[in-house]
Order: sequence, then structure tokens, then C-alpha cells
Amino acid sequence: MRTVLPMLTVLAALLTIWYVAVGPMNIRVALDQAERSAATVLPATSVERRATSVWRLMAQNSEHIAAGYALERPRLPTPTQVGQELWKTTGEMVLRGRAFSKRSLILHGWITLKSTLSGFILGTLLGILGAVAIVYSRVTRMSLMPWAIISQTIPIVALAPMIIVLSSQLGVEGRGLPKAIISAYLCYFPVLVGMVKGLQSPALAQLDLLRTYSASGLQSFLKLRLPASVPYLFTSLKIGIAAALVGTIVGELPTGAVSGLGARILIGDQFGTPLAIWAALFTAAILAGLLVTLLDLSQRLILRRMGMPS
Amino acid sequence: MMWVIIALVFWLAAWVINVALAQSRFHNTRLVRLAVPLLFGATLLVLWEGIVRGLNVSPVILPAPSAVAQTFANSTDILWADFTQTVLKGALSGYAIGCLSAFGAAIAIDRSAFLTRGLLPIGNFVAALPIVGIAPILVSWFGFDWQSKAAVVVVMVFFPMLVNTVQGLRETDQMQRDLMHTYAAGYLTTLTKLRLPAAMPFVFNGLKIAATLALIGAIVAEYFGSPTRGMGFRISTGVGSLSIDLVWAEIFVAALAGSGFYGAVALVERAVTFWHPSQRGRA
Repeated sequence: MRTVLPMLTVLAALLTIWYVAVGPMNIRVALDQAERSAATVLPATSVERRATSVWRLMAQNSEHIAAGYALERPRLPTPTQVGQELWKTTGEMVLRGRAFSKRSLILHGWITLKSTLSGFILGTLLGILGAVAIVYSRVTRMSLMPWAIISQTIPIVALAPMIIVLSSQLGVEGRGLPKAIISAYLCYFPVLVGMVKGLQSPALAQLDLLRTYSASGLQSFLKLRLPASVPYLFTSLKIGIAAALVGTIVGELPTGAVSGLGARILIGDQFGTPLAIWAALFTAAILAGLLVTLLDLSQRLILRRMGMPS
Repeated sequence: MMWVIIALVFWLAAWVINVALAQSRFHNTRLVRLAVPLLFGATLLVLWEGIVRGLNVSPVILPAPSAVAQTFANSTDILWADFTQTVLKGALSGYAIGCLSAFGAAIAIDRSAFLTRGLLPIGNFVAALPIVGIAPILVSWFGFDWQSKAAVVVVMVFFPMLVNTVQGLRETDQMQRDLMHTYAAGYLTTLTKLRLPAAMPFVFNGLKIAATLALIGAIVAEYFGSPTRGMGFRISTGVGSLSIDLVWAEIFVAALAGSGFYGAVALVERAVTFWHPSQRGRA
């Protein structure tokens, strides 16, 4: 509870800055519109206005500032406009019983979520398997670990269009698989690193104790190393799912995608509808928040069931 | 088929050598620790080359590494122009602006415990968001040239850097700060002599995260419009015009730039935080 009040203050400050910034950001567009509807504007033509600073424009045309807060295609929409657009493409669609229409962000969010989750599962499995191999085999550790680190410094987005073209030429239908591969690539590394740390976290004394019980390798893995790695796993999963969502959205960005939140952003850009971009961005943010919170809750629940401090 | 068999034989041989090297008593020497991953990487390249040649994979789908190397050597001028546009102008300037302003903001916020408490959860949340999506908006604000790419990078690196620096500044414990207090050290002295040095491992963690994000941001922003040069531009048009070998050469440049950038930050980190347990005994 100690953090709630400060968080609200910071949020309120951010919103205020946003609201204030809308004025100078939109004044030029607002004046252009006012000029077209034959209102008096100073200076009169847009060429002259381009040479004038926004502050001068706002001072000289103070009666047109308000128009900048209600534009249909603003450079920077107000938070209220974004909220309205979000409601129009989600809640209102549900009320009208068309939750999965093509204009609904619920549909696009669902498509993005599906690829994110499949990429997340794939990446997590790869990460865990890689971690087990690295912990148990010195050859794998020596040959794989440096490349795993280097793989993360390579900007995957450079590869994203390649992966999409490659998979379509290999006859893979749709964009689900390539998107999942991209998100798996971004998500496996945090899991790998976290699991290597987690599997190695039992102390030597604990491993020795299991040896005095004459436990087999498999037993000491299942009863000691695996349970000990669970807290590490969850911490990495939270990073991994955020990375997987980024991967999916990047996979939807290169030209040609028609569905998914990334594609909504792209289409909004091509058709010059900034509100659509902002709504899609906020849906992605909400999705990321939900996924991370869900993992956080299950982490607390499972760790408590396992009797570990969470 | 010959090529595939050769590649497979090379793979087996490399595997046997690697196992022998790793099990030998020299496994902790620097030479072996370098040789094993290098051999592994070489194996991947040979496998790739062998499969492409042996199975006659069309160069439109997957060019052989040798073909990519040839394209790389033949088009260094294009690649260099793209590298300057994307990495030197877009990514690096955005990285510098974003990290410096986040660093400054962190020091300013740190003076108020109230703000810190409010900002840390929000910053952590924002750092997990898919911020790359903001690229089209910033491209429409700042135009097609490198300024918009730098702006995307600034937004992307700001929050990870901010959160890490703020966390780092909280690293010192009460005892240490009390000691500075008994020395009659003021805020500034405590900051520069105690808290900033103690925060450096965190700051460099943020810098390293930001280094990989910077290239991603600069390349993705180019998918939304750029002058007729730049790595993202070349990749998206190259995929469209099926000059896949050039795309792979570009990916290779991106990989080099990313690893080099990260490596440079890691080197500076080793010099600055030589006292930290994670760096000791490595030199």
C-alpha cells in the first residue's frame, strides 16, 4: 500500500504532461483546419506558419488551441481520445455482440496472444532443455553458452522479414509459425540463463547429502535441482513472456500482415489513422501487463504451495 | 550428396574433438575455452554450406555462407553506407541521448523517496512493454531521416536505463552512508564518491540491455520509412526484390555491430567495476 499513493502521483503527473503536450503538438494541424473553414488565423498561410514557433502560434491563436484537443487525425491524441477509441474497438463491439469482428482489437489481441503463447512455450522448452544440457554436459556448456550470449546481441528484427519469407517459401501456411519462432528466439535466452542459475543453486552439501542417500542422477535432478530452480524459473518467465510479446509484434510489423496488434499498428500508419495506432499500442501494453501479472500471481501461489519464500 | 556427407563427417569430427578438448585436463585454459565455441560455430557454418550445396537449395530461399561472404566482399560500400545511417547516426546518437537523459532523470528522482517508490513499479512495467510499436508514430513526427530512428531508440532505452540506475543508487546501505556522514560529506560528495560507484554494476546492466535494444529500435523504425539507405531499409527491400544474399550480408553486419557494441560496453564495464565480485579474477 505504501507504493500506491506515489504510483498514482507519478501516473497523474505523466497524464498531465501528456494533456499539456497535446496543445503544442496539434496546434499546426488545428490551425490548418481552421484556415480551411475560413476562420481568421495568424499568420494566414501554412507556409508562413511553418516558420513560426508553436509557442508564438499558440499565443496568437489562443482561441484555436481547444480545436487541437478534438482533432480526428491528431499528431498526438489526448488520453481521452485514446480511451474512447479503445472502448469503441473493444467494449462497444462486445455490447453489440461482435467481439470478433475484423475491426475489433479483441480479435487482433487474441491473434497476437496466440502466437505469443506458442512462441513463449516453445522458447521456454528450448531454454529449459538447453539449461539442463548446459548444467550436465561440459561440452555443451563450453560450446553453446558463448553463442547463446552472442545470439542475444544480434538484432532479431533484422531476421524477422527473412524468417517470414523463408517459411512461406517452404510452404508453411499463414504467419503463426514464423511469428512464434521470432518470439521463441527472444524468449528462450532469459529462461536459459535463469534455469542454469537455478539448477546450479543447490549447495554442494545438499548434493552430497543426496549422494549419501545413494540417490541416482535422475532422482537428485527431480527432487533437488528442479524444485530449487522454480523461483529462478518464474523470474525468467516474466521477462520471457514480455520478450515473446515484443517478438510477436515485431513479426507482425514487416509489410503484408493483416491481423494481429502489430498489423493494426502498421495499417494505422499506412492509412494515417493515429488513433488506431495508439489504441493498438495500449492494447499491447494491457496484454503485456495482464500476462506478467498472471505469471506473478501463479509464482506466488506455487512458491507458497512449495513452502518457499516468494 | 557428397557435400552433405562431408558436412556430416566434419560435424562428427568436430564433436569428437570438442568432447576430447572439454574432457581433457586443459579444459580451463583460455585457448581451449576459445577453441571449443569457435569450432562449434564453424561446424554450424559447414553444415549450412553442405546442406545448401548438397541438396541444391535455391539461393532465393537460403544462400550458402560462401555466397553471402562473396556478396559481403563485393558490396562493402553499400553496407558501410547502411551501417553509418542506421548504427552510427540512428542507434548510437539515440543511445547516447536516451541513456544520458535517463541517468540524469534517475539522479534527480532519487532525491525524493516518494517519487522513487512511485516510479520504480511504473518504470519496471513500461520497460516490459512492446515499445517498438511506437516507431510509426515517431517516424511521422520526426520525418524519415535518422532523427526519427534516434527518437525511437531514446524512448526504448530510457526506461530500462532509468530503472536500473534508480535501483543502483539505492544499493548502498545505511552504515556506509552514515560513515560518509561522519566524514561531514555533503550530498554531492556522497553521490560521487560512494553512491555512484556503488551503482555502477546496475548502470552497466542497464547500458548492456539498452545496447541490444538500440539496434532493434533503429532497424524496426526503418521499416516505417527511411531514406534509400539504412540496414532496415535494405533488408525490407532486399526481401521484396529477392536479393537474399545481400539481406544475409546485412544481417551479418547487424550481428557484428550488435556483438561489437555489446562487447565494447562490457569492456568498459570491466574497467569501471573491476572491484565487483562478478568481475574479479577475470583479468
